[in-house]
Amino acid sequence: MRKSLILGAAVIALAASGCARRTPPPADIPPPIDQVGPGGETVAPGDVELTELPAQQADMIARAGSDTVYFGTDEYQLDQSARATLAAQAQWLLANPNVRASIEGHADERGTREYNLALGERRANAARDFLASQGVPAHRLLVTSWGKERPVAPGSNEEAWAQNRRSVTVLVR
Amino acid sequence: MRTMLKTGLLTALFLATAAAAQEPPPVEVDIVGGGVKSAITIAVPAMPGSAMGRDIAQVIASDLRSTGLFTPIGPGGIGTYPQEQAAAPVFGEWRSAGASALVSGYVDQRADGRVTLACYLHDVTAGRALGNQGFTVAASDWRRAAHKCADLVYSRLSGQGAFLDTRVVYVAESGPKTNRLKRIAIMDSDGSNHRYLTAGKAVVTMPRFSPRGDRLVYTGILARKPRVFVLDIATGQERLLVPGGAITFAPRFSPDGRRIVFSWANNGNTDIYVVDANGGIPQRLTTAPGADTSPSYSPDGRNIVFESDRSGAQQLYVMGADGSGQRRISFGGGRYASPVWSPRGDLIAFTRIAGSFNIGVMNASGGGVRILTNGWQDEGPSWAPNGQFVMFNRIARGGGSSLYAVPIDGGAARRMPTPQDGSDPSWSPLQS
Repeated sequence: MRKSLILGAAVIALAASGCARRTPPPADIPPPIDQVGPGGETVAPGDVELTELPAQQADMIARAGSDTVYFGTDEYQLDQSARATLAAQAQWLLANPNVRASIEGHADERGTREYNLALGERRANAARDFLASQGVPAHRLLVTSWGKERPVAPGSNEEAWAQNRRSVTVLVR
Repeated sequence: MRTMLKTGLLTALFLATAAAAQEPPPVEVDIVGGGVKSAITIAVPAMPGSAMGRDIAQVIASDLRSTGLFTPIGPGGIGTYPQEQAAAPVFGEWRSAGASALVSGYVDQRADGRVTLACYLHDVTAGRALGNQGFTVAASDWRRAAHKCADLVYSRLSGQGAFLDTRVVYVAESGPKTNRLKRIAIMDSDGSNHRYLTAGKAVVTMPRFSPRGDRLVYTGILARKPRVFVLDIATGQERLLVPGGAITFAPRFSPDGRRIVFSWANNGNTDIYVVDANGGIPQRLTTAPGADTSPSYSPDGRNIVFESDRSGAQQLYVMGADGSGQRRISFGGGRYASPVWSPRGDLIAFTRIAGSFNIGVMNASGGGVRILTNGWQDEGPSWAPNGQFVMFNRIARGGGSSLYAVPIDGGAARRMPTPQDGSDPSWSPLQS
């Protein structure tokens, strides 16, 4: 069990560093272990619980203008406004080297569930790549997708969907 | 109807089935609400032999009504009969009641505590027996015996495979859209015996049954990552399919239950992988830039249908189970997503996005597209084990989410009973 914890953490670190870019998964991943209690009540082995940092989050929003960038329908390209926001976020991250950021992609409800998970990952990845291009070390940037599972605007209209097509930089430790 | 009376119920039904089984039209046809059949009036009186005989008849009548092929009479409003008439009914009485067919039988409470349901099907019009079978179950499982009796009636009269003694897993939803509580729930396919399999800490989506119906694969967002989990239904034991922090989703079992095919997103690219169901090193099946997802095996395990936006928008593709020979099979208007191969192998169900989201079916070889539903957002099809019905997730604009089932050769979609909002249904294989 101790070994699996170490290996699991190594896999996460590999994924986070981005060095597994477009290659098959690493060959040394450990075999799965029966572990989690009924209903996923505990994290999987090797998982690091990520703790949100509300005070730092508020500070980054105040200084960078926003923790969120927005996308067009079914798109993941960063527009000029998104790049400006991310550049300001990068400055904050460079000035605060002791926190990591979970870059979290989201999609609006008008897409199928599986596709939206893929689309959310594309959006988060685009934001991550831009932050890295601004000098933020890649190992501090995690990428994930919520698909259409966590909208911020509950409406079923274009205004709400535009708010939900987003990538959020969530500061974590 | 006059012909039916002369030639007998069974002959007439076979004729109807043969007509329905004709080749679908070559062009895209919308058959929403079309293809209405004349339902068979079938008497389902309370069964003698036990106090549970009335409840059993009620379940049989409800099952038969749900198929859309029958108008049951009883058990309310009609009497029962002496047990010795189960195998030899007085046909004249049932004709007078307006029935074309009759389900009779009796309940035998055995010394070992179990019960046997003797189930008889009769053609009232022709005055002859069409079949009978006994089902022995634990007394607490009496509903299963009723479902099996209903399956006997349905398959004998429709010529189709049984599908009523099945279960459904789905995602039960509650709370506000912005912070939805999602739990995997399991129930009999008529909504009874409902229970939750997960507690709600993880955001769970897309549970799918193993071919034996004893395990599930699903995608859970836990520790901020969507990942595939394998869940043993009886024990509640779970494990992560691919260890570590990889973003994995959209899993399905192979038909032999030995492998699990799924999507893996990394560096802005989502590809399809397959891994031994017990773990090991995943094998990559697709490499095209883009979102390759929603893989589903053909019933013989040789091919996989999936969706990809490699052409610029979501379309359906088929490849060999080793990733070879990838070819596009969906053309025509709109985008095509979340394909599922029919258990009979001939059709593929899908979500079509063209303004609204609709459920449709097409030939596995391509073409023959038929759109079956017309909701604002219908998605996520799952086949009944007999390949005659598709269950799916219907989301109302600005409103709730629920489960519906639609017959593939025409007829209205029917809402599945769930105690709260539901999404992502998966229909189990037929229970043994």
